[in-house]
Amino acid sequence: MIELTKDNFEEEVLKAEGTVLVDFFGDGCVPCQALMPHVHAMEDTYGKQIKFASLNTTKARRLAIGQKILGLPVIAIYQGGEKVAECVKDDATVENIEEMIKKYL
Amino acid sequence: MSKIYDVIILGAGPGGLAAGLYSGRYRVSTLIIERGKDGGQIAITDEIENYPGQMLEGESGPSLIARMTQQAEKFGAERVSDVIDSVELDGPIKKLHGKKGTYECKSLIIATGAFPKPIGCKGEAEYMGKGVSYCATCDAAFFEDLEVFVVGGGDSAVEEAMYLTKYARKVTIIHRRDELRAAKSIQEKAFANPKIDFMWDTVIEELHGDEILSGMTVKNVKTGELTRVDADEDDGLFGVFGFIGYNPRSELFADKLEIENGYIKTDDNMRTNIPGVFAAGDVRVKSLRQVVTAAADGAIAAMQAEKYIAEQE
Repeated sequence: MIELTKDNFEEEVLKAEGTVLVDFFGDGCVPCQALMPHVHAMEDTYGKQIKFASLNTTKARRLAIGQKILGLPVIAIYQGGEKVAECVKDDATVENIEEMIKKYL
Repeated sequence: MSKIYDVIILGAGPGGLAAGLYSGRYRVSTLIIERGKDGGQIAITDEIENYPGQMLEGESGPSLIARMTQQAEKFGAERVSDVIDSVELDGPIKKLHGKKGTYECKSLIIATGAFPKPIGCKGEAEYMGKGVSYCATCDAAFFEDLEVFVVGGGDSAVEEAMYLTKYARKVTIIHRRDELRAAKSIQEKAFANPKIDFMWDTVIEELHGDEILSGMTVKNVKTGELTRVDADEDDGLFGVFGFIGYNPRSELFADKLEIENGYIKTDDNMRTNIPGVFAAGDVRVKSLRQVVTAAADGAIAAMQAEKYIAEQE
């Protein structure tokens, strides 16, 4: 899992070739912590086809808001510099995320 | 032919997992079905300080739930993730129809819990996670130095409003009545907090924005007057946090079980009006909805389910 920051987000996500999954999490976000191990497990399965990355929004608040992220957790798929799909909050279940990933393999 | 379980438990919160643990130990075949993430409401709870024995440093709701899950699985409870669309409760075999398949059992324990009540305004679903939230610990940090509105007037609304003042520039409590319902001690703290303001006799009618929330229409319930509230131009956005209580997740059983204000009625042994169907935790009519009471309900329901199955054989 690539650790994203406000300095490398553009290069690693927006200018990246292929498909990138971004796990947006935050320091106080308990459901994000609960979800994280499942996302790591998905990286083991799909990591060869999709680049997995995570961004701590607590340290990059403006960047997250710029990506229209105002609530956590969010698991998003980026292609060609655009966010093409996302699972937000209650919809960010392991099932839904895996379904979303399979659409972009 | 699909397997007929002795016990199916609907919901993997503290009630359902405790039931799974006890059923597993009774050596009856047990399946726990969960629609989303394990844990239910405690999955969005940072601190659990009132569950006996729960004193580990840095322990959160999810880590407690993870241990409960492990424990239930250790004693043989099976797990599946599915959303149940309809149920057939009549007769000796109960059927649950889900998105992935049909599940059959001799007895059913309903531990589906409760979920935060929506604010009930236009645009709420659209702006979920785009300005609308029910989880202050998740999303407060996004609103650092911005404006936030909190909907509700009870203990949790006022306490969460105070938590939000650690981040937000200004927090306005929107309440449909002209006084708070929260405990006096909590009210006093809120009234003394210079960052907290109030909009009395007010409800949100509609939310507005372009991808993210930046405006709303509020209504004065006494005068009927509508007012448009827009985010400060420099901010470009604000937050709306809803804390107006919980709804039981009982809609699957609405026309089948005895229900009171949405909650499933049971006796002291967690029995509903249908033999072999039990309810445990927040979804049932009770006076205290806590992790400790949900777990106790689950244990009782599992014991009664085992007894019921033995009587049928």
